[in-house]
Amino acid sequence: MADCNRKIDNVEQLNEIRERMKEKLKPRFEEGAAIHILLCGVAGCLSTGSLKIYEEMDRLIKESGKEKDIQLVSTGCMGLCAQGPLMVVYPDRVMYTHVKPEDVEEIWNSHILGGKPVERLFATESDGRKVAHALDEHSFYTKQLKIALKNCGVINPLSIEEFIGVDGYKALATVIKEMDPEEVVDLIKASNLRGRGGAGFPTGTKWAFAASQLERKKFVCCNADEGDPGAFMDRSVLEGDPHSVLEAMAIAGYAIGSDQGYIYVRAEYPVAVKTLNEAIKQAREYGLLGKKILGTDFSFDVEVRLGAGAFVCGEETALMTSIEGNRGEPKPRPPFPAVKGLFGQPTILNNVETYATIPRIINMGVAWFNSIGTEGSKGTKVFAVGGKIRHTGLVEVPMGTTLQDIVFGMCGGIPKDKAFKAAQTGGPSGGCIPAIHLDTPIDYENLIALGSMMGSGGLIVMDEDTCMVDLAGFFLHFTVDESCGKCTPCRIGTKRMYEILSKITDGKGEVEDVDRLNVLARNIKNSALCGLGQTAPNPIISTLRYFEDEYMAHILEKTCPAGVCKSITKFFIDKETCKHCGICKKHCPVAAISGDRKTDFVIDQEACIKCGECFKRCPFNSVLHH
Amino acid sequence: MANCCLENSESKALLDKLDEVIDKYKDTAGPLIPILHEAQGIYGYLPFEVQLHISERLGIPLADVYGVVTFYTGFNTKPKGKYVINVCLGTACYVKGSENILDRFKTTLGIDIGDCTEDQIFSLEACRCIGSCGLAPAVMINDDVYGNVSPDDVESILANYQL
Ligand SMILES: Cc1cc2nc3c(=O)[nH]c(=O)nc-3n(C[C@H](O)[C@H](O)[C@H](O)COP(=O)(O)O)c2cc1C
Ligand code: FES
Repeated sequence: MADCNRKIDNVEQLNEIRERMKEKLKPRFEEGAAIHILLCGVAGCLSTGSLKIYEEMDRLIKESGKEKDIQLVSTGCMGLCAQGPLMVVYPDRVMYTHVKPEDVEEIWNSHILGGKPVERLFATESDGRKVAHALDEHSFYTKQLKIALKNCGVINPLSIEEFIGVDGYKALATVIKEMDPEEVVDLIKASNLRGRGGAGFPTGTKWAFAASQLERKKFVCCNADEGDPGAFMDRSVLEGDPHSVLEAMAIAGYAIGSDQGYIYVRAEYPVAVKTLNEAIKQAREYGLLGKKILGTDFSFDVEVRLGAGAFVCGEETALMTSIEGNRGEPKPRPPFPAVKGLFGQPTILNNVETYATIPRIINMGVAWFNSIGTEGSKGTKVFAVGGKIRHTGLVEVPMGTTLQDIVFGMCGGIPKDKAFKAAQTGGPSGGCIPAIHLDTPIDYENLIALGSMMGSGGLIVMDEDTCMVDLAGFFLHFTVDESCGKCTPCRIGTKRMYEILSKITDGKGEVEDVDRLNVLARNIKNSALCGLGQTAPNPIISTLRYFEDEYMAHILEKTCPAGVCKSITKFFIDKETCKHCGICKKHCPVAAISGDRKTDFVIDQEACIKCGECFKRCPFNSVLHH
Repeated sequence: MANCCLENSESKALLDKLDEVIDKYKDTAGPLIPILHEAQGIYGYLPFEVQLHISERLGIPLADVYGVVTFYTGFNTKPKGKYVINVCLGTACYVKGSENILDRFKTTLGIDIGDCTEDQIFSLEACRCIGSCGLAPAVMINDDVYGNVSPDDVESILANYQL
């Protein structure tokens, strides 16, 4: 009946597990006789075959009979997704990239048995150099500071004991054993932590509001709906370090006087859901969730609820309505959820990353946290950097880091040496930041001043081949789709704006359309019911602010400078520079290109569907557009 | 009323499963959405009869059940193909040209978004970020993820599923 003995009854037992596991995890942090092979088992790495690599390595370890000395661990995201599947061998801290199942034997023989790392698989720096110890040497990692992602990629997310070994549940123990609920709220207030889910609301203030309510039943909710398309920060935390979120929710429960938590996760994240459920099961087994935690009078449990594909359910009142089992439509505030939230009871809702930061603040102290970041934005922020960028992946940087540093310093700039045009933050509620503002320190206030917002951390990089009018249309299309329909400004207004944008990208725009967009944008912003509608015009306002010339090119000259908008773009082949290689012809999906070694290559404009394949493929830049 | 799909013995087995699910959530606050998720897992989609059954068992008006089902894009009232193709139109994939990939799937299969091929083999869907932005543009077919897809790859990808 070993299972029954797992329950931890007091802090001493927790400390014992921590000491035992610290010893065991030593190779990953200091030195150690044992070898730990860590392999990313989630997201992009999983889809490119990390499971096969795991099986292969596992087989070699078992066959060698060295299971005692060599540990294989499947971890959460290690960040440098663009070069996955990723593997790190500790204690050497050698990182291998683009690992294939057939590489495993070489790593085993050369490195694990022979002590000679496999250079061919080292990570590639932006300048093409290979670096052995990417975690310590690669510019992608050296400028990062990990707080929320501290455990991601370092521990096995499915092992509560490994989590305890990296100081997991220590903050919870401190809080429920040594502090009053008011002290916890005061501590979070003093840390100046702001919500990482978008708006940056001070977390301590929210908690204080809920704590002051006299109701007996209160709820702690976690927003893991991650609706921003093109962002996967929260998912990485859930898949790589689920216990941090559970621990923080329990801390929040103690602080505001709640015994029940809900995590609202998007159903599109099956791995995250599975990991969370397993983590909850383990935490209950160990008595770190449930009744009378660590022998105190404090009880707290957590339930997972799945979303069903509605962006608006990321909004706090809609999220709660959805947990109650209804159409996820938002409600007017006040009453605020802290007064009357889930099932009509006082409720706090925080984002995954916000929660993941909290145990660190408690363990490391408020002064430490306040020493990181800018005046108004303390700590770090995780960004999912994607789009036209060399090292796509997940980075966590101190607030106040510049966009220049992230895009060029860490993520290697734009591939094919194209020009940087803008970065988009804040998803469908945000805006874009053009090249002239690359050196602005990123924090909540500065991004708002630039007409964008922090959002949840999606950061999409765009180059000269992105059409900003089309991009605004992309986001508007998203909001039109996702508007729940409850309020008129959002339901009808966003649709009208989208129609005007489509008119412009179809080459039928008039100069007055720009004014119409501005008026509509202002009215929707001021009158929509919830954050979805209020922020929906942002992508238009911001692209108009920085790229009005592109709008005007579409309207006045009926051309798309980036060659994206199909109705007004024509592709043609420049006879002067064409080398008659035939690549364009080979890749044209509708056989619209004729020509051979002797005769000129030409595009049949009637047949052309303007997919731009020829433009992208031509090695000599001889396909042009206007 | 002809409850067509709830009649024969196979349907009976499915219905028993559904009832088990409903019983499981007896004491849960706000049980409708978790039940719909599991019901969709059992039936593959949410036919009218299933919605009606859930409505009756929970004592929630059918209009409300239907309202919830149609509000969330994650719930389907029509059956899907054996293989569901999800072309990611998340921002990272979009700026890397995933719309051209979607177009190629449409022309190759001769169906539009949300439709299913006549032989019920493929359904075509557009989704938003499958968390593989590092591999953008990305396409997911059931649980398989394809990264760095170009329109030219569409035919060879489909070939993996055509026997
Ligand atoms: C339309 C809309 C969608 C949202 N989506 C999310 C989301 O996916 N994840 C999230 O954490 N917050 C989202 N938010 C913000 C939440 O309403 C809420 O402010 C946040 O979860 C609070 O947590 P925080 O204070 O820790 O940031 C969204 C807001 C709106 C208006
Ligand atoms: S945007 Fe396509 S996978 Fe993230």
